[in-house]
Amino acid sequence: MADASTSTQTLHCTRPEGGAESASGTATTKPRAFAGAATPNPVDAQMLARAQAGDHQAFAHLYTLHKRRIYSLCLRMVGNVAEAEDLTQEAFLQLHRKIATFRGDSAFSTWLHRLAINVVLMQLRKKGLSLISLDEAMEPNPEEGPSRSFGAPDLTLAGAIDRLALERAIADLPAGYRLIFILHDVEGFEHNEIASMLDCSIGNSKSQLHKARLKLRDALRAENRQEARS
Amino acid sequence: MKGDPGKMDCVEFQAQMPDLVASGEDAAAHPHLQSCARCSALLADLATIAEAARQLFPSVEPPDEVWEHIELAIKREK
Repeated sequence: MADASTSTQTLHCTRPEGGAESASGTATTKPRAFAGAATPNPVDAQMLARAQAGDHQAFAHLYTLHKRRIYSLCLRMVGNVAEAEDLTQEAFLQLHRKIATFRGDSAFSTWLHRLAINVVLMQLRKKGLSLISLDEAMEPNPEEGPSRSFGAPDLTLAGAIDRLALERAIADLPAGYRLIFILHDVEGFEHNEIASMLDCSIGNSKSQLHKARLKLRDALRAENRQEARS
Repeated sequence: MKGDPGKMDCVEFQAQMPDLVASGEDAAAHPHLQSCARCSALLADLATIAEAARQLFPSVEPPDEVWEHIELAIKREK
């Protein structure tokens, strides 16, 4: 597989606004302990430094720490176990090649995710999906966009969502929406971290997440309507 | 955008929703929602979706072969 540089040459949406902002994706706050730029513990920081110096055992430790989240991201993005395994392997090989260049400007986890996302995006492009660059991912075709909630009375989700129905709806999202939704709502990254990973603005991340949720709402309501009819 | 949030229509409110929801403030307390059942329902649905996403298993373990392949590839590259 070709080099998936962390410089994200294919990603050139609006520049980040910078700065931190709330982690909350909804009116309710959400404690997400597992995501993002938490200060690494001293052992992990030491392992990172050792891995950067070429220590294989330390690199294996980093793999153990991050393998689940990287594999899960790949799996959710491509929906295929064998492909997700290949992408995970490629992401960590890229990490091995580039780890010495990590300067700590962002959290290591954010940096690694950015690298893995580039590997995934390259694979999607290779498969000939409409996703050519993240610009397109961030601006899907208008017909792929969610409907607005004006006009006719709405059928609400009534507060309960079937997990499998949600998994299916996520899998059916256009890749750009899916990526933002997984990173924020499933993985728990904050908008400023996602903006850093995708080299886009925080506003763009918020806007695309909102559209992803609207599109999921459309899909889940359509499924509810279908169930009500049958 | 109009100055008085209470007189905001649905189009204006929904245009503001991404920022409002991401702000961490209590979006449900927005004046527009006091008189708009449609936007209230929309906000509740989006919160339900976000909450349901949090209940999904965030991670899955890759098989051991993935690491074995990585180690082999690293050795080949040396």
